[in-house]
Amino acid sequence: MKNKQIFLTIFSVLLGLVVGGIALAVSGYNPLEAYGIMIEGVFSRPRYISWTFIRSVPIILTGLSVAFAFRTGLFNIGAEGQYIVGAATAALAGYFLELPAGIHAVVVIIIAMVAAGVWGGIAGLLKSKFGVHEVISTIMLNWIALYLNNYIVFWDKFRRPQSEASQKILETAQISILGGLRTSGNEFIRGIFSTPVNLGIAFAVLAALFVWYTLNKTTLGYELRAVGYNRDASEYGGINVNRSIVISMVISGALAGLGGATQVLGVTKEISVLAAMEGNGFDGIAVALLGNTTPLGSVLAGLLFGGLKYGGPKIQPALGAPSEVIDIMIGSIVFFTAMPNFIKVIAHKLKKKRGEAE
Amino acid sequence: MISLTEIAFILGTTLMYAAPLMYTALGGVMSENSGVINIGLEGMMTIGAFTGATVGYFTGNPWLAFLAAGVSGGLLALLHAVASITFGADQVVSGIAMNFLGGGLSLFLSRIFFDGATLTRPINLDDKMPRPFNGIFERNSVLDLVLNQYATVYIAFLMVLLIWFVLYKTRLGLRIRSVGEHPKAADTLGINVHRLRYFSVVCSGILSGFGGAAMSIAVVSNFRPTLISGQGFIALAAMIFGKWKPQGAMWACLLFGGAQGFIIYFGGTGVNISNQLLSMIPYVITLLVLMGFVGKSNGPKANGEPYMKQDLNL
Repeated sequence: MKNKQIFLTIFSVLLGLVVGGIALAVSGYNPLEAYGIMIEGVFSRPRYISWTFIRSVPIILTGLSVAFAFRTGLFNIGAEGQYIVGAATAALAGYFLELPAGIHAVVVIIIAMVAAGVWGGIAGLLKSKFGVHEVISTIMLNWIALYLNNYIVFWDKFRRPQSEASQKILETAQISILGGLRTSGNEFIRGIFSTPVNLGIAFAVLAALFVWYTLNKTTLGYELRAVGYNRDASEYGGINVNRSIVISMVISGALAGLGGATQVLGVTKEISVLAAMEGNGFDGIAVALLGNTTPLGSVLAGLLFGGLKYGGPKIQPALGAPSEVIDIMIGSIVFFTAMPNFIKVIAHKLKKKRGEAE
Repeated sequence: MISLTEIAFILGTTLMYAAPLMYTALGGVMSENSGVINIGLEGMMTIGAFTGATVGYFTGNPWLAFLAAGVSGGLLALLHAVASITFGADQVVSGIAMNFLGGGLSLFLSRIFFDGATLTRPINLDDKMPRPFNGIFERNSVLDLVLNQYATVYIAFLMVLLIWFVLYKTRLGLRIRSVGEHPKAADTLGINVHRLRYFSVVCSGILSGFGGAAMSIAVVSNFRPTLISGQGFIALAAMIFGKWKPQGAMWACLLFGGAQGFIIYFGGTGVNISNQLLSMIPYVITLLVLMGFVGKSNGPKANGEPYMKQDLNL
């Protein structure tokens, strides 16, 4: 059973790569060359690898958020909005609070997770109290969050004059690591740490462990999953279904919010006006689906998509090939994971052919 | 006080912004009445907007551009149909894939056709959608402000009528709805569930493609990455808001278009109301309405459930 799932996942990824390759080939670019540049663009230098990790952190966390909700029977399309709320709250608390270094960052992260948890919780409440489907309510909440973010950025006391961005967070709230090495006299070390390396990846791993532990080792996790499997049976079994839905969405929202917070505290140090969705939440959906909604799967899928998103755009300057081929690939991968039956049919046909040849 | 001309201006803007939403929301109505959830409206609208702008730029013919936009949306919808109807895929997941593909393909192709730019070159102002009532009323008079609209606006209202007629007054419509309510019963009566669902989903893509073009060759004159950003989702909300009915969806789109009209009006007057807060209104209203008015089970009963006659031959 488990092996079959892994096979389906790998096959979906391969098909996605094939579709991307066809798109490139049809438009006159050599797909092998393009994939070569992407691989080189991720692995050839330590700096590139650390960038790939930095890129992966937000989508691993939104992926965990979506995966967690999924496991409890909820489809959280709202990771995008919860991420935005987490980021905006982190920027506010990182700028306005004055606390000692270290403590400041911890407090900011907690506040951001609570705010994003509440944002997710609203969708949970709407579902449990009013029967509003979470897919619809979270789509609405995404847009409200986007405009809320822009409202906050444009707030007189917070906006950086003459810009479309907020003030930078205080240094005490930053979560960069080895900041001193960045200005080291040694050119090599300076090169490696020229990226905004930060604690984000550690948070992502901790969050994955938290999700695994909560779902598999706690009574709460058992109840949440039971509701996901069968709502009516759970209710009959004495589980407070409405409460479970809200808790689930709060946890899911907090995880996405952690993604937004680590991005602000570790990489951007500010928030800026959003003209459109950045797509972290939607990438998270792709990550969760590809990772078969497991914590480990989400981490691995997050790294894969993080690599694609970091290495992919490098084909643009090198070959002139459109980097949007990445979205086509991710879309195809999601498309194929949506229909395991299709892959089963193909695999069956392949097997048959091989059988005839023997 | 707000003057009559100002009201006319708001009404005119409302109609202009409601039209793209109406096409797309009608697309949602078609697909979901046949029992297939289509969360990929956004992607289908985006590829329609791109195709419309591109064909419009190269041919200079707005009608050809409009039709091509419908075809491109329909083709993307065909993928959704294959996954969700033939292979029994999770329809929400497949829809999300459509949004990635629609957006990705549009920008990918834009870079190929327009020398690496994600912004298509603007079509000639003369090649935009015609405005049938242009020059008939006195310039900037009340009637002119309200009725001097692009043809796409009027076609959108005709489409509402057409889809309403098809769904509620024809055998085809009855069958589509029966397939969305109770596919098994429909199947027993000899109705081809799969074929009707394919038809409805592809129609939904064509309509969404029209919606995108109504944006890129009428409201503005080119395609850019942020042009559609979210309108497909608003259309989805409008469909639910309108209880999966064409006329309901129309009213909801007019409401959302109206919110847009007010935002532009207040932005122009310098009244001290934040545009950001005004922009939230349609989404907040949708949530409130969903809480209060739309009950738990208002959509087609079998919406989202794949219907497999028998397991795939494995």
